[in-house]
Amino acid sequence: MEYGFTIAAYAVAAVLFILSLGGLSGQESAKRAVWYGIVGMAIAVVGTLIGPGQGLWAASLVLIALGAAVGYQLATRVQMTQMPELVAIMHSLVGLAAVFVGFNADLMINDIAQIYNANGQVLGAVSDDGYTAIGLPAAIYGELSSFGQLIAKKTSVEIAILRVELVLGIWIGAVTFTGSVIAYGKLAGKVNTAAQKLPGGHILNAAAAGLSLVLAVMYMNEAGSWTLVLLALLALFIGYHLIMGIGGADMPVVVSMLNSYSGWAAAAIGFSLGNDLLIVVGALVGSSGAILSYIMCKAMNRSFISVILGGFGGPAGEQMAVEGEQVAIDADGVANALDEADSIIIIPGYGMAVAQAQQSVSELTKRLRAKGKTVRFAIHPVAGRLPGHMNVLLAEAKVPYDIVLEMDEINEDFPSTDVAIVIGSNDIVNPAAQDDPNSPIAGMPVLECWKAKQVFVSKRGQGTGYSGIENPLFFKENTRMFYGDAKKSLDELLAKIS
Amino acid sequence: MKIGTPKEIIEGEARVAMTPDSALQLQKLGHSCVIEAGAGMAAGFSDKAYEEAGVEVVKTAAALWKAADIVAKVRPPSEAEVKKMNEGQTLISMFYPVANESLMKQAAAKGANVIAMDMVPRISRAQKMDALSSMANIAGYRAVIEAGNNFGRFFTGQITAAGKVPPAKVLVVGAGVAGLAAIGTSTSLGAITFAFDVRPEVAEQVESMGAQFVYLDFAEAVQDGAATGGYAAPSSPEFREAQLAKFRELAPDMDIVITTALIPNREAPELWTPDMVAAMKPGSVIVDLAAEKGGNCKLTVMDEKIVTENGVTIIGYTDFPSRMAAQASTLYATNIRHMMTDLTPGKDGQVVHNMEDDVIRGATVTFGKEVTFPPPPPKVAAIAAQKPKEKGKELTAEEKRANEIAAFKTQTRNQVGLLAIGAVLLLAVGLVAPASFMQHFIVFLLSVFIGFQVIWNVAHSLHTPLMAVTNAISSIIILGALIQIGSSSMLITLLAALGIFMAAINIVGGFLVTRRMLAMFQKS
Repeated sequence: MEYGFTIAAYAVAAVLFILSLGGLSGQESAKRAVWYGIVGMAIAVVGTLIGPGQGLWAASLVLIALGAAVGYQLATRVQMTQMPELVAIMHSLVGLAAVFVGFNADLMINDIAQIYNANGQVLGAVSDDGYTAIGLPAAIYGELSSFGQLIAKKTSVEIAILRVELVLGIWIGAVTFTGSVIAYGKLAGKVNTAAQKLPGGHILNAAAAGLSLVLAVMYMNEAGSWTLVLLALLALFIGYHLIMGIGGADMPVVVSMLNSYSGWAAAAIGFSLGNDLLIVVGALVGSSGAILSYIMCKAMNRSFISVILGGFGGPAGEQMAVEGEQVAIDADGVANALDEADSIIIIPGYGMAVAQAQQSVSELTKRLRAKGKTVRFAIHPVAGRLPGHMNVLLAEAKVPYDIVLEMDEINEDFPSTDVAIVIGSNDIVNPAAQDDPNSPIAGMPVLECWKAKQVFVSKRGQGTGYSGIENPLFFKENTRMFYGDAKKSLDELLAKIS
Repeated sequence: MKIGTPKEIIEGEARVAMTPDSALQLQKLGHSCVIEAGAGMAAGFSDKAYEEAGVEVVKTAAALWKAADIVAKVRPPSEAEVKKMNEGQTLISMFYPVANESLMKQAAAKGANVIAMDMVPRISRAQKMDALSSMANIAGYRAVIEAGNNFGRFFTGQITAAGKVPPAKVLVVGAGVAGLAAIGTSTSLGAITFAFDVRPEVAEQVESMGAQFVYLDFAEAVQDGAATGGYAAPSSPEFREAQLAKFRELAPDMDIVITTALIPNREAPELWTPDMVAAMKPGSVIVDLAAEKGGNCKLTVMDEKIVTENGVTIIGYTDFPSRMAAQASTLYATNIRHMMTDLTPGKDGQVVHNMEDDVIRGATVTFGKEVTFPPPPPKVAAIAAQKPKEKGKELTAEEKRANEIAAFKTQTRNQVGLLAIGAVLLLAVGLVAPASFMQHFIVFLLSVFIGFQVIWNVAHSLHTPLMAVTNAISSIIILGALIQIGSSSMLITLLAALGIFMAAINIVGGFLVTRRMLAMFQKS
């Protein structure tokens, strides 16, 4: 039984998904784009339910409704500062689902093979023309579920390819699952955010990957389903260990990489099920994640491999010593300087998210703008723990998006700026990236805020940033340190600015 | 401790080392303050204002010197004042220990500790108490104002109904603190400003103030200001010649020349020779800020304004800061206050004269009956060494074009190479894989392509919504589970059911969160 209608629905859904991603090129069109995505998903699900997925459709609907209820709760309750965690944990669901679907495919292959055996035939045997499978007698074939029929039709070569695909699907899915769970833990502060490795480090990962390859080959040679289970366990371990070895500040890359993986897993499963929509969407999601990872890595001037393998490389030589002292300033001083300034650039970082200071920042912006001052925001691509994290937080606090600028758009404007305020960011404003060739972050593009006439840094204490390196910015003559929790300091400041 | 400020003795000195504001800050450190009656009058601070700030006002200088544990003043003490000092008393003032050696010995013999504000080392940490800089800043500003006062034309060019007015041309020689202040003042008045300094690294600072840096065509290992604590050092005769030749070339064009070139503890170098003065237009003005050290122009008469035969005014005043006493006192008093902050680490009114501290050690010229000048070199280098700057070579149009072509060629080569490799791989797969697989494979490849094209256009600020959307649509895996759930096997059904459930969470959660996020983005 072919489902022409379902295929047509898939085509429509695929187009809608592409439009949905394409619409994210601008804030306004994005609001429309998300509806394309929703409608596309609805069409795809309905098309499947009345087509190949009609067995137990009632149960499916109930399950979808249950899932929807849970999803609704999650999505409406989450704080915008917790967005990275939410995205990470949701990736894990996709990964796990991919693993289940992959195992199902294997189970079904075994079932069908048994049916063939019981019938005195061999699964995948090819008829005389050398291309089409002989297949089961029509009576038995007709009784199979649609998924069963799909497999029963396959030749031995196709079965072999199917197995490659499902191995891939399960492996990637499992890595995504544990990886996402660990990423969630790190982002939510439930797992130590520092880079940690079991003894053996990369060798352990390499060994696990090698072993899974061996198992995959064994599985292909019909060593049995236990190889698949073992392979999944190894993949789970790799996902865990890989992400444990990556520090909290690299999470933007990790999350987008996991996003990419979940897409590739879906695509692999799509191959094994012969479902084009799964392939299309999987490929879209996979490439999207890959590009995001690439953008993030470029913003940190590090190769993708080095981020994935985790941790910073040691410094290449003697780092420049930092001279001078950090000069503290109180709210009065900052308020005076802001009063006199005409143009102000605010550089938010993860510290703002941690302190939940975005509302105060927004209020400050509003008041300064009301006084006729130019206030803008400079966003580094890796500020925060998720690509675009700062934009979302500022948007939540109702900061208009047209004063929130990217690094490349605003970096040239610092010399003509009176005051730059750094709120909870460190490495992304570190001049050592440009001045000190031996610095671990040398060559990373940074926001050149020190070129502003005056810089205020709101920071909890004198500690170093994620990368553990001193920031010469804090010692510059035009820098004043505004110590304290970002939210508290800003509220103090707000009291002085009416 | 009691901090006291006497009235300045030298005639014409209008500054005062303590202001009502600084007194308040000093009291926060736990000190009490005392001032001689009328000390702040010339700078515009009445005795009443001091009293309101909690400062005790005493009638005579003698009473003040007796009452105060620490005396803060502006000018170096006179001999009479040194005689009034007693053992253990601390004096904070300008001192010029090289010029006032006998005075220093006298003070040491008296057992007084002297902190010379002009000896504060030039390191970042000490900037807040660098009185020379704050005074030089004022001098630079005032130099332009004095020049304008004696200059018969506008600074800024104007086109008026009564005719066109050309802008004044100002040359500032020596871009130290005073020079930079003069540059800033002059550019903000609208003059076309040129600046020269023997340290080419200041060119950037000069240009940032809006002036043009005058470059010399001279290939010598350039001076590194960092080696000499940020001050200029004497230059070689050849360099001097090249420099004078350049000035000679500029002299006829300049309306106002402000010279600020000083080398520590030496006579000021002659930079503006009489023939340059002769070459200048009548009505031009020279302000020589180095007048106290003999002047950068030898025609300068210290503390006087003269007019040369060809009508060039040369101003040799040395009391520019005092001419702006209110401003100068405020800054100087703040410098003193910062010095006291460092001397009072506990903020408890107890002075700790820590001779291990680079700044305090550097500034202290007598301590415990001994002369402690000159100080040992500071432990911290003053200013980071200059790195040789590579100049980006300006590319000619042809070179640019050639580069573009080369870039295009490599791009083409890379692209064609990748395509070829991709095509070969694809064909290799096609040889073994069955047609049913290849059909899906084409779909896959095209989708990856579309994905790459589409995602590059996504705005940076929407990356988080993008992740949420892709997360939501990656739960398309639900289709697989939906297809499988109808199977006869219990295990398959169970796993598929779980899959459906989880994917459904994701779909709804992902899209909802995206909508929430996008709804927040607002235009101003």
